[in-house]
Amino acid sequence: MRAYVVLALAGFRRYSTYRRAMVAGMATNVAFGLLRLAVLMAAVGQGDIAGYDVAAAATYVWLGQGLMAVVVLWGDGQLAERVRSGDVVVDLYRPWHLQMALFAEDVGRAGFAVLVRFGPPVVFGALFFPFRWPSVGVLPVFAVSVGLALAVSFGMRFLLNATTFWLLDNRGVQALYTALTWLLCGLAVPLAFFPDWALPIVWSTPFAAMLQAPVDVFLERGSPWPFLSRQAFWAAVVLALGHLVLNRAVRKVVVQGG
Amino acid sequence: MIEVRELCREFTVTTKVGRFRRERRVVRAVEDVGFDVAAGEAVGYVGPNGAGKSTTIKMLTGILVPTSGHVRVCGVDPSRGRRELARRIGVVFGQRSQLWWDLPLRDSFELLRAIYRVPRGDHASRLRECVELLELGPFLDTPVRQLSLGQRMRGEVTASLLHGPELLVLDEPTIGLDLESKERLREFLSDLNARRGTTLLLTTHDLDDIERLCPRLVVIDRGTVLADGPLDALRAEVAPERVLVIDLERPADLDGLPGVTATKVELNGLRQHLTFRRAETTAAALISAVAARAEVHDLVVVEPEIDDVVRRLYARR
Repeated sequence: MRAYVVLALAGFRRYSTYRRAMVAGMATNVAFGLLRLAVLMAAVGQGDIAGYDVAAAATYVWLGQGLMAVVVLWGDGQLAERVRSGDVVVDLYRPWHLQMALFAEDVGRAGFAVLVRFGPPVVFGALFFPFRWPSVGVLPVFAVSVGLALAVSFGMRFLLNATTFWLLDNRGVQALYTALTWLLCGLAVPLAFFPDWALPIVWSTPFAAMLQAPVDVFLERGSPWPFLSRQAFWAAVVLALGHLVLNRAVRKVVVQGG
Repeated sequence: MIEVRELCREFTVTTKVGRFRRERRVVRAVEDVGFDVAAGEAVGYVGPNGAGKSTTIKMLTGILVPTSGHVRVCGVDPSRGRRELARRIGVVFGQRSQLWWDLPLRDSFELLRAIYRVPRGDHASRLRECVELLELGPFLDTPVRQLSLGQRMRGEVTASLLHGPELLVLDEPTIGLDLESKERLREFLSDLNARRGTTLLLTTHDLDDIERLCPRLVVIDRGTVLADGPLDALRAEVAPERVLVIDLERPADLDGLPGVTATKVELNGLRQHLTFRRAETTAAALISAVAARAEVHDLVVVEPEIDDVVRRLYARR
């Protein structure tokens, strides 16, 4: 267990070495937040939509901008690259559970992202725009929800990367994944904006657990427990699936390279 | 330490035939390979590209499951006990890195200590020894991505030794290194084998590695073992001839010496290359026969180059 804690700390340190990338990412986050906000304001300014007024919409945008780099809404491709080059052999002969080890590193990375990618856009939004803070008691629940969102996202990215064992090049799958997350995570518009008939469908995917769930917990859109339980369900499913897929990959698939 | 019997590994390769049809073909990368390595040995595992060396290594470390056959490393079935085995062996891949690219070398070592659960004292003393012998001191705090290849390889070898492995598997450890770095690494490894008794299994294309490090050689080609034995014995077997190069004070005719199979004359007869079979005469007998006929200025006995030995082994198939 200690090994995974140390790995998480290393993940934190690894990302903290890239200071300029961090500043650039922060600036991009805020700039895109302003764009998304402008579009959404044009809609919500006419009157509330699906329970979103101006303050809720602004909070949704800034939380989304902050969370997307913490949770990571696109494929990261790191493991995929190692599979393609064959470097994954090094990861495979270590006395660890590869999926757990990568998850630990990702938790470290996310911890660093909370400081530099989540903090600034949210503070910026809270200072300059109408912002809806939840009651204090919700904040720890929100933190748990973000943790679960990270677990689901990691599990999905791990599965996505694991396809490389069979496909060798999974960039097509990655592109498809990014298109899906953009729509189904609630990044393009809040999931509540979908037509009534589509709501049960979009809420039943693991994507909803990655962004919209923690945002809705923060905005106190109903009791947090249904959100959390759905997130926990998906986290367990995707992580377990990843474990099985990795075992199968190792037993059946050729590791590349001489 | 290593026990390999009738080891086979097949791959299915799909090739395109015509526009839509695909043909599946089974390729045997490793076929009926068998050898044993005892504790404390240093064995060179050589073969041309595509011979099945890396495939064997992957099966020995448990990354690849054999199609059939029997493998035991440190008494463990590698593909079943991969994690247990990983704690007891070290692996160095010359073309891959096990260090954390973005972190200082020191941090990688610290991470490995946690991953392998090495007691702090053991870790510190092993690290101290490696730092001293491999002269890692000046770049311990440099991020790995900024290290030169030679520095990084020294880091890689250290990383693979910090958990005190019984067996060290090296896959082309000297590839791309300059002569001095190669020599330094060889010296370290040979010392490791001699002093600590760490078993070495080494694949390489650089036959100087073998000459310096491995008393025993296993030669593989097209998935099967061509030869297995001490380097000297292999030499005697496939290259039974040695050459005595003699510089004379005055040109002389040395034809018809007993045991000599070929003569090459240079410098108007001042230098002569006498090829002889080691089974038929000794260098000493030949030298005294020459001295009886002419005044000898200088002489040297040339053993067949190891490259030559291996080439002949490949050609023998």
